[in-house]
Amino acid sequence: MADDEQPAVTLDAFLAGQSNATSVRIEAGDDARLLLPHLGQLALIEVSFPSFRDGRGYSAARVLREGGYRGELRAAGDVLVDQVPLMRRCGFDSFAPEAEIDAATLAASLARYEQVYQPAADGRVPVWKLRHG
Amino acid sequence: MKLLTGNDLPSGDVIWWTGSGWSRHVEESVDVTDQGEAIARAEEGARHVNAAYVIDATATPEGPRPAHIKDRVRALGPTVRPDLTLKPADPAAGDWVI
Amino acid sequence: MYKYDNYDQAIVDARVEEFRDQVKRRLAGQITEDQFKPLRLMNGLYLQLHAYMLRVAVPYGTLDGRQMRMLGHIARKYDRGYGHFTTRQNIQYNWIKLDEAPDILADLASVEMHAIQTSGNCIRNISSDQYAGAAADEVADPRPWAELLRQWSTFHPEFSYLPRKFKIAVIAADEDRAAMRLHDIGIQLVTRDGKLGGKVFVGGGMGRTPMIAPEIKDFIGAEDLLSYVEACLRVYNRYGRRDNIYKARIKILVHQIGADEYRRQVEEEFALVKKLGIDPPLAELERITAMFAPPAFEAGAPQGVDRSDPDFAVWLDQNVKPHKQRGYAIVNISLKPVGGIPGDASADQIDLMADLAERYSFDELRVTHAQNIVLPHVRQADLHAVWQALNEAGLAEANLDLISDIIACPGLDYCSLANARSIPVAQKIATRFASPERQRDLGELKLKISGCINACGHHHAGHIGILGVDKKGTENYQLLLGGSGAEDVSLGKITGPGFDEDGIVDAIERVTDKYLATREQGERFLDTYRRVGFEPFKEAIYG
Repeated sequence: MADDEQPAVTLDAFLAGQSNATSVRIEAGDDARLLLPHLGQLALIEVSFPSFRDGRGYSAARVLREGGYRGELRAAGDVLVDQVPLMRRCGFDSFAPEAEIDAATLAASLARYEQVYQPAADGRVPVWKLRHG
Repeated sequence: MKLLTGNDLPSGDVIWWTGSGWSRHVEESVDVTDQGEAIARAEEGARHVNAAYVIDATATPEGPRPAHIKDRVRALGPTVRPDLTLKPADPAAGDWVI
Repeated sequence: MYKYDNYDQAIVDARVEEFRDQVKRRLAGQITEDQFKPLRLMNGLYLQLHAYMLRVAVPYGTLDGRQMRMLGHIARKYDRGYGHFTTRQNIQYNWIKLDEAPDILADLASVEMHAIQTSGNCIRNISSDQYAGAAADEVADPRPWAELLRQWSTFHPEFSYLPRKFKIAVIAADEDRAAMRLHDIGIQLVTRDGKLGGKVFVGGGMGRTPMIAPEIKDFIGAEDLLSYVEACLRVYNRYGRRDNIYKARIKILVHQIGADEYRRQVEEEFALVKKLGIDPPLAELERITAMFAPPAFEAGAPQGVDRSDPDFAVWLDQNVKPHKQRGYAIVNISLKPVGGIPGDASADQIDLMADLAERYSFDELRVTHAQNIVLPHVRQADLHAVWQALNEAGLAEANLDLISDIIACPGLDYCSLANARSIPVAQKIATRFASPERQRDLGELKLKISGCINACGHHHAGHIGILGVDKKGTENYQLLLGGSGAEDVSLGKITGPGFDEDGIVDAIERVTDKYLATREQGERFLDTYRRVGFEPFKEAIYG
């Protein structure tokens, strides 16, 4: 889970020229691709989940990881334990949920699926690769 | 009148607030006046009911009759399978719904 | 058909345990209904009018006798002795208890079945042609592609919280038996220069705003398929509307930005996604395809059927279709007995169909989007025996594609979304037109009824469609004419003011009378309607 650190600037502010910022927050409707030219200077990108039903952040995360982002990628907001495994697959590695998540339930959820059907941003090997090498 | 209805959480059965608890029979439901929302929240919190909501109904000699056909279907069962309703032996039950 | 390997089985087993844990937490109050609802929907569990309803997946409508028998077992053990086959080739049970749902999923997993993603804002069951592997007109069996898509879409981490549900259909013939153009993504397998590929349509759908999917890609090879659909979904996930559930399907996005712009965005995304290694090697499709090899047909199986039993002959002519293999036939089992509930089958009937599949159809059955069942590979020599068994079980109604072969959603008798009851209307129409001679004279007439705007009864695609609405607290029925879900796809047009339950049956009779008075040689109702237009029929209905 996330530690306290400097507040992230908004995407608009970052792009407008706060070029010394190292952390950015993107809202659900923001275009994550706009950050791709700047990934090298970022240590933290926080992606907002205003409602756990709003799945745009999953695409934002993959776009950033696929674009080469290696820093901390945080899911913030309405993040529930049952979504965390999917978020991990999409490349999130830290979480700032509004409501506390039970650690034991989370550990069980993360360990539950040994196999995955499709490659994503977490490097897990999809079943078809295990079948055919 | 206003009735409070919902579903039993583990079984999914349609249930009606009786004033002191929940019944599967709409005849036993009571007028919740303007207390429905408050009762619903408390009863949902205690997991005595799931997805509770308040409906309009009229008082009749046979008991409260929900105003909307959807809730009458919920109260009795599917009109096309009388054998699966709460009153399989009652030939007039379907008319009460419709 | 596809058989699970250890990986597939492990995934389904893990899903059962995950859901068991989620149910336990819900019953203990550790998660609210609001938090639990998307999780149970992703396992096909609705809270409906009478109880929980469970929708079990039948991938691309294909199952074997053992699986069918399990569906009968579930109906008996956990439900009230019957199941309902749906317009997406699945099966639904209406009287499920939440605390038994994990055990049901465990039973299903024991026969390679599940209820994964049969509801929720995620990618749903991949549907296909019910005659796949048996029809002479297909370029290839579409189901291996459907299976590839099924695995790719299962627990897809990026696309589990889409703006809305997402439905994909795959066919492989010019004749569209799966309403492919009315899906979010429709794929038609075609060959080009000897290579098999897919023509991709995106943005079809029914519901409040029916639309026919435009072609987005004229040819995608198997080696690029998953990257391409990944790109299609990513554009939708990022840009589909989330402010209004009636404007959230991909058809709205494609219509709003235009097919050309949508295509451009997909190609842009595809170019990036293609580099990610999402596409399996062709060996994976070959592995799957091998499981769909034709069954061991008897070479030189005798052609020709003894038609001397007149009732059998009627059923033969109406419900049995030609098979690509000499000496075989495709059997359609109608689940629309006149006066019965469309699409419902009792546990005993389900068991019988399982038995017949094992004995007479190489252990395979199909569920059709018209809520009927198919035995795809029956020897012509066995047709009479099959018919006799069906007849004894009340499964031999000879009405395939006739007016009493009605597609009807469960409607207000079962569904909390409905505005009106649909099943009684279907029963009244079927009863009015019960005469087999009258039905055959009317010929092909696809009548479809939805109890609300969500259109689960596909009323927009009916030659005659009926939409149930709530008119000031009473049930009312709108009439539509001229829809089609086949390759001649079109959307039905509302005729005018609606009717009550008896009025709609009378209105339909005025429509069919007008057809009979107007038709030319060989014309189906739909052909006559398209030739003479809407006005003469409107005049006949309203006077």
